[in-house]
Amino acid sequence: MLYSSDMPTNEQLYEQLVRIRFFEETVLANFSKGIFFGTTHSCLGQEANAVGVISNIQHNDIVLSNHRSHGHFLAYGGDIQSLFAELMGRSTGVVGGRGGTQHLHWRNFYSNGIQGGILPIATGLALAEKFKNNNAIVLVFMGDGTLGEGIVYESLNMASLWKVPILFVLENNRIAQTTPIEKAVAGDIKMRFRSFDIPTEDIESSDVIEISKLADKLIKGVRSSISPRAMIIHTYRFGPHSKGDDTRSVNEIDRMRKDHDPVQIQGQRLDLKTRDSITIKVEHEIQNAFNDALDDPFPEPDKEFTS
Amino acid sequence: MRTILDDLNAALHDAMQCDERVIILGEDILDPYGGAFKVTRGLSRKFPERVITTPISEAGIVGLATGLGLAGFLPIVEIMFGDFLTLASDQVINHAAKFRWMYNEQVRVPIVIRTPMGGRRGYGPTHSQTLEKLFLGVPGLQVFAPCPIGNPGRLLNYTVFNCEDPVLFLENKLLYALPPNKYLDSKEIIIREIDPLPESNLSVIQNSEILDRPKTYLMAVRDAPHSSITIAAYGHMVEYAHQAIIELAYEDEIFCEVIIPTQLTPWRIDPIFASVQKTSRLIVIEEGTRSLGWGAEIAARVSELPNSNVKTIRRIAALEYPIPASEPLETAMLPGKNQIIDAAKSII
Repeated sequence: MLYSSDMPTNEQLYEQLVRIRFFEETVLANFSKGIFFGTTHSCLGQEANAVGVISNIQHNDIVLSNHRSHGHFLAYGGDIQSLFAELMGRSTGVVGGRGGTQHLHWRNFYSNGIQGGILPIATGLALAEKFKNNNAIVLVFMGDGTLGEGIVYESLNMASLWKVPILFVLENNRIAQTTPIEKAVAGDIKMRFRSFDIPTEDIESSDVIEISKLADKLIKGVRSSISPRAMIIHTYRFGPHSKGDDTRSVNEIDRMRKDHDPVQIQGQRLDLKTRDSITIKVEHEIQNAFNDALDDPFPEPDKEFTS
Repeated sequence: MRTILDDLNAALHDAMQCDERVIILGEDILDPYGGAFKVTRGLSRKFPERVITTPISEAGIVGLATGLGLAGFLPIVEIMFGDFLTLASDQVINHAAKFRWMYNEQVRVPIVIRTPMGGRRGYGPTHSQTLEKLFLGVPGLQVFAPCPIGNPGRLLNYTVFNCEDPVLFLENKLLYALPPNKYLDSKEIIIREIDPLPESNLSVIQNSEILDRPKTYLMAVRDAPHSSITIAAYGHMVEYAHQAIIELAYEDEIFCEVIIPTQLTPWRIDPIFASVQKTSRLIVIEEGTRSLGWGAEIAARVSELPNSNVKTIRRIAALEYPIPASEPLETAMLPGKNQIIDAAKSII
């Protein structure tokens, strides 16, 4: 599991994938009931990126995420009930209901809802770790849509100039909200990083083990060289951008689910009985966390706003 | 003559000397150049590892400083011209200023963004503006503006060591050449401190030997009768207010008192309101454009308080145009001594 020096077992990896899958499905299935505030950005289909990369971090490493943060948060070890509670605007939520789905902070995990805006902050946190000389590194997740933001390139430039220990993880799900990558990203993604002298590798996979192996190699590179690396994961988003705004055809999504489902891919490494027992265990865990969060209190305006 | 520029520079030396968490970032700040306005000169020679010259990336370096601040450092960012703050505004508004509250008080972002503001140097539309009104009222952001009264450097170090939240520190360019404590030995005016901070804030002051807490000042003509007009001003506008109240007193027998905050947000109306309760007349002066600005806010607060005695309010500010480069045009559109005198005469 998280922070362990041993490679997680197949069972543990599967359990984490299933946990994120069920969490996201539970949110989407219940959204129309009006129990969540605002919106949600599900990472269905991208679970292996979160689990595969984050399973390689050490206890004082720092993880930064974006609007599609639930998978990263849960893979980091974040509490399920507090994440449900945050989405429900309860005082027991990750940040007491102040931030909601896109604005999380717990231990060394941060997310924010501005595309690319957290990249220079991640770079600054990495520079701080370098100054402190304590061997910690920073992971920051971004998407293909983020490549449209100028701040990305300011951050890559500084990260490379000052050789900070950071791994940029780009989850290329080939669609930004509803805009396909062909309409938004010119040129080569890898070359964007390489042109800043940041060693970059990409992987076309939804297999948590393949992703984890590449992440392990790159994270070790970041840690030993104290300099940035980039990892591009070509992936698939099964769900809508947010609640129900998918413009893609049902057939297209069905094909993705059939060929690129990280839960199925990892499940094939386990026997049916093991799969079932993990499924049942995680289903209970998610359902209980969901129900408990529903009973949690709302924050009190009188206490939140004192002037 | 020791100038405010020297004072700010010395304060940065003090800050770096006494605390290794202080890191200074900015464009072209390395010696021998020492920054576009030389506020950072000498620092990179003395503290080469903690003075970082950066690419031309205002958003990037403010974000980077935010990361350093989250990790326990005390970063000071120089933005070469205040006009370039717009490039960093997303990092200020959507990141640095939000994190503490948004993350439920679990983090602090103790960064200071210093920047020169203001006109009358002929730099034209994109290097002369007074843009702070875009940032006043952003929750989580503190805005400070030194003036010719007091030691701007010691105020700067207050923000470095005692503000847990991001700070915008506004250095009007014309202040650089003035001496600190400019009116200290003046035979014509008196200055009083009228607004000590609440005790709770005073008890936590760090490094008190190199800093002064923010103060609000009252300036009036020495030995004058009771004032009949309150003037609210900050930053370099204080210099014009100073010239105007002396001329008004000696030539027109109109007596004014000037209330001068050095912290613009968070802020309290009390000192200005208390003065207006006595004078019933208020003139608010600012170098930025008039509409929807600092002066408008002061006027609104003074008017809406219960039992307000205010009868007349005038706002003096820049005309609503970009700042021209040509000196006669620039002078005509920025507020100065004459506008203050005209306004005062018009309301007596």
